[in-house]
Amino acid sequence: MTAVVAVLAGAVLLGAAAAIADRAVTARGGPRGATTEVLRSGVRLLVKGRRTTVAGDRLLWRTGVAAVPVLAIAAAAVVPVAGRSLLSTSADLVWFNAMEALMWAAVWLVGWGPNSIHPLVGGYRFLAQGLAYELPLMFSLITAGLAAGSLRATDVVAAQQGLWFVVTMPVAFVVFVASAAAFAFWGPFASPASSDIAGGVLAELSGPDRLLVQVGRYTLLGVSAAMAAALFLGGGHGPWLPDVVWTAVKSLAVLGALVWLGRRLPVVRPDRFVDVAWMVLVPLTLVQALVVALLVLAGAY
Amino acid sequence: MPDTGLAAHLLAAVLGIVAVGTGIAVFRVDSMARATFSLLASFLAVAAMLGLLGLTYLAVVTALMMTIEMAIMAVFMIMFMMNPAGLMPMTMTHNQRGSFVAGTTTFVVLTAGVWLVDWPARGGSLPADATRQLGEAIMGSHMLVMLVIGIGLFATILAGTVLATARGRYDRFGAELDRREPSDPLPGGLPR
Repeated sequence: MTAVVAVLAGAVLLGAAAAIADRAVTARGGPRGATTEVLRSGVRLLVKGRRTTVAGDRLLWRTGVAAVPVLAIAAAAVVPVAGRSLLSTSADLVWFNAMEALMWAAVWLVGWGPNSIHPLVGGYRFLAQGLAYELPLMFSLITAGLAAGSLRATDVVAAQQGLWFVVTMPVAFVVFVASAAAFAFWGPFASPASSDIAGGVLAELSGPDRLLVQVGRYTLLGVSAAMAAALFLGGGHGPWLPDVVWTAVKSLAVLGALVWLGRRLPVVRPDRFVDVAWMVLVPLTLVQALVVALLVLAGAY
Repeated sequence: MPDTGLAAHLLAAVLGIVAVGTGIAVFRVDSMARATFSLLASFLAVAAMLGLLGLTYLAVVTALMMTIEMAIMAVFMIMFMMNPAGLMPMTMTHNQRGSFVAGTTTFVVLTAGVWLVDWPARGGSLPADATRQLGEAIMGSHMLVMLVIGIGLFATILAGTVLATARGRYDRFGAELDRREPSDPLPGGLPR
């Protein structure tokens, strides 16, 4: 029970860190102003009324809205901290991948539900974006599992005792972090919710519904940063400090770098990104996997 | 490791009912979006049952593949089928008598098989990692078969796309195939 609470709290704290960092790099007022602003807008959404639309599919809409934060927390269940995770299965990496794939369904439902044009366009944009990042993301996850000889997240961390995976698989690391922004439809990959379609999938969301989706997005972003730190930056490995501290430091460093860089890049159109992803990223990640496979055969890990 | 307690049996029964119930709902709801996602719910219940059997990898990969498949199917179903938004009455059933016979026969055969077949007792002990064992079983001695199937599937996908697309290389690069840059309705993201 305490483990469940710890994971829940960790995931929400990471999400809050993501939201505050996002606010801090885009607005004036510094970190303190950003924290106040995030809390204030959260509370404001809590007390706001719910917007209704004509002939919306309420069941699917609510399902999608509820699924976004649930999936983000389910993804957090396999993030390893201090040699263990809440849900340690023999296929952790596939679990993480599956939760992110369920986001396709959830975000599309959030777009479909209100029976309104802008969310619908946003939902389809997310599917197109998903088609673009999914294969490179899968290859980068598999590359980490390949080097560790296991799909269990704690095994992947344990395999980085000597050398962090990012040294031998930089492409996989970059692709994973970029995909984190893409499946949280944030930063340069925010076109499913961008302002050119009046907020896209978020357009008809208000009150607690909007809060749930936003919390889910930022939590997923934060949790993915923690997963990137665990899979490629050695997780809790490091001198002097305890495992938990290193995990937190590395996760926040990845998150900070992701938010700082992501907010400096323009929004990418999904139709253009598909071209780049399939023509450049898929071959690159395949070559990356091949290199790591040869290193495994040579006994480098 | 499969859980054999009473709670696991109850959970399996509930999941079975959910899987069948949402499976039936696919044909009862009047919107393509709802049909697609109740089919996904049915698959997810089956994935959870696989998880109960201790087949973690198969469970998670079923959830993963089926979710992506249903998300993409939602696009095509809503694009091509009638009545996408469920605003007009429609039916999801065709050839009702034939499918009734086929479905009932399959169900009876499978259910009878489960109870009537004299299943062999387990030889050897449970593997520590069923995922690894599955991988070795598929990729070890059957690698050639897997490769042939994989290439066959890939060729089918390519052939299907080639047959389905209205635009070929002559449309893109001109009758003499000498156009430097292809003329595409969507320019794509790479400079070429």
